[in-house]
Amino acid sequence: MQITSSSIGRKILMAITGQAMVLFAVIHLLGNSSIFGWLNGGINAYAEHLHSMPLPIIIGFRLALLVMVSVHIWFGINLTIENRGGRPQQYAVKSTQKATFASENMIWSGALIGLFLVYHLVHFTFQCISPETAALKNLVPLHNEMVPNVLGMVVAGFKNVFVSFIYAGAMVALFLHLSHGIQSFFQTMGWSCDKSQPILVKFGTLVALALFLGYVLIPLSIFAGILKG
Amino acid sequence: MSDHKTMTLTLIVWRQKGPKDPGKFETYTAKGITEHHSFLEMLDCVNEDLIRAGKDPIAFDHDCREGICGMCSQVINGAAHGGQDRTTVCQLHMRKFKDGDTIYIEPWRARAFPIITDLIVDRTALDTIVQAGAYVSCHSGGVPDGNAILIPKPAADEAMDAAECIGCGACVAGCPNGAAMLFTGAKVSQYALLPQGQAEAATRVKSLVNAMAECGFGNCTNHYECQVSCPKGINVKFIARMNREFLKAQFV
Repeated sequence: MQITSSSIGRKILMAITGQAMVLFAVIHLLGNSSIFGWLNGGINAYAEHLHSMPLPIIIGFRLALLVMVSVHIWFGINLTIENRGGRPQQYAVKSTQKATFASENMIWSGALIGLFLVYHLVHFTFQCISPETAALKNLVPLHNEMVPNVLGMVVAGFKNVFVSFIYAGAMVALFLHLSHGIQSFFQTMGWSCDKSQPILVKFGTLVALALFLGYVLIPLSIFAGILKG
Repeated sequence: MSDHKTMTLTLIVWRQKGPKDPGKFETYTAKGITEHHSFLEMLDCVNEDLIRAGKDPIAFDHDCREGICGMCSQVINGAAHGGQDRTTVCQLHMRKFKDGDTIYIEPWRARAFPIITDLIVDRTALDTIVQAGAYVSCHSGGVPDGNAILIPKPAADEAMDAAECIGCGACVAGCPNGAAMLFTGAKVSQYALLPQGQAEAATRVKSLVNAMAECGFGNCTNHYECQVSCPKGINVKFIARMNREFLKAQFV
């Protein structure tokens, strides 16, 4: 097997792990959108539903995500270093015709998303950024039982301009990363031809845009006073 | 020539005495150039002036000057072959430039293509990839009967599209990573599409991908700069096909 040693093999690993994370981002957004109230009990009920799953499933899912992120980061850095070496001396005049800002800065948009991920986990999973509003410490009644107040934590968090700014910035990085990454997945897996390729580029950008708008809508709605804790 | 308006251009050309020389840009003036000159003829004029002045002419690769041999290899203002759609440097004409223009001329830049001198690079790496398996192994013998092996027309056409590659290396020069994926993809595809090539398809793609890495080419990041650099318009669909062939080969 040349999967971990060859150029194409490592790119296939990047593509699969990347796409798995895109799927996660889609599901995460769908789940988070329960904050807008389409689910009885809102995001608190959604969070409770996730946490009431059997422990092995939760741990397994988190481990799988950790593996995806680690493989993607590892090979991302590894391939980027090799690529920088592929053309050691740049041209005096830069004239790219097809490459985009997004495609040329995947490593940096990826790094920003990685840093954001750490912040996001500390903020909403480990809940250390503002312990006084931590959901796990502020229980609210839901369907006759006491559950963590995720809604209160999210609303309190995003009322801080600085925090909202970090989230919006990270979503810009996510948009850039995915606008190149999604179409790249199809090309790297070989699921692309001359007819489908331009469509896949548009499809990838559209999905990236939808994710950007969806995620940014939550802090925006809190700011506009539509969502209240 | 006298009835043509001539132009004067400033050329900033990469000069490098040998592989170990660090190299630097030198500025030259090209005078009396008409719009009918090809880019290489313009350089010929500059070289004649340099020789008359007792200086070393600018060394550059060229052969057929018809756009089919794949020898000419210059990056003009940052674009391989000058950036005109499906055009080699020798077929690029001075009508694309204006009087007074400043033109940067550089060699292909990639780790796998070491500079020999000035604008000439060593493209042996592409031959190494071909030698790794971009062929079919068969016993020679009598001329086979026509249509003894039936090939669907679309497959034959697509294989021909891939085989249009003239091996100039513009794809590598245009790629920000110095990758040879378009070249190698075209080679893998032109055989994988035909029945004669399918017998060795799995071993071929594995060997070629290995050879690419050993030659020091970078990896593909799907910028598709190679496709716009290619003077023959080879499509990046052949890279996708190679990726597909590679994945398939892992399970064969």
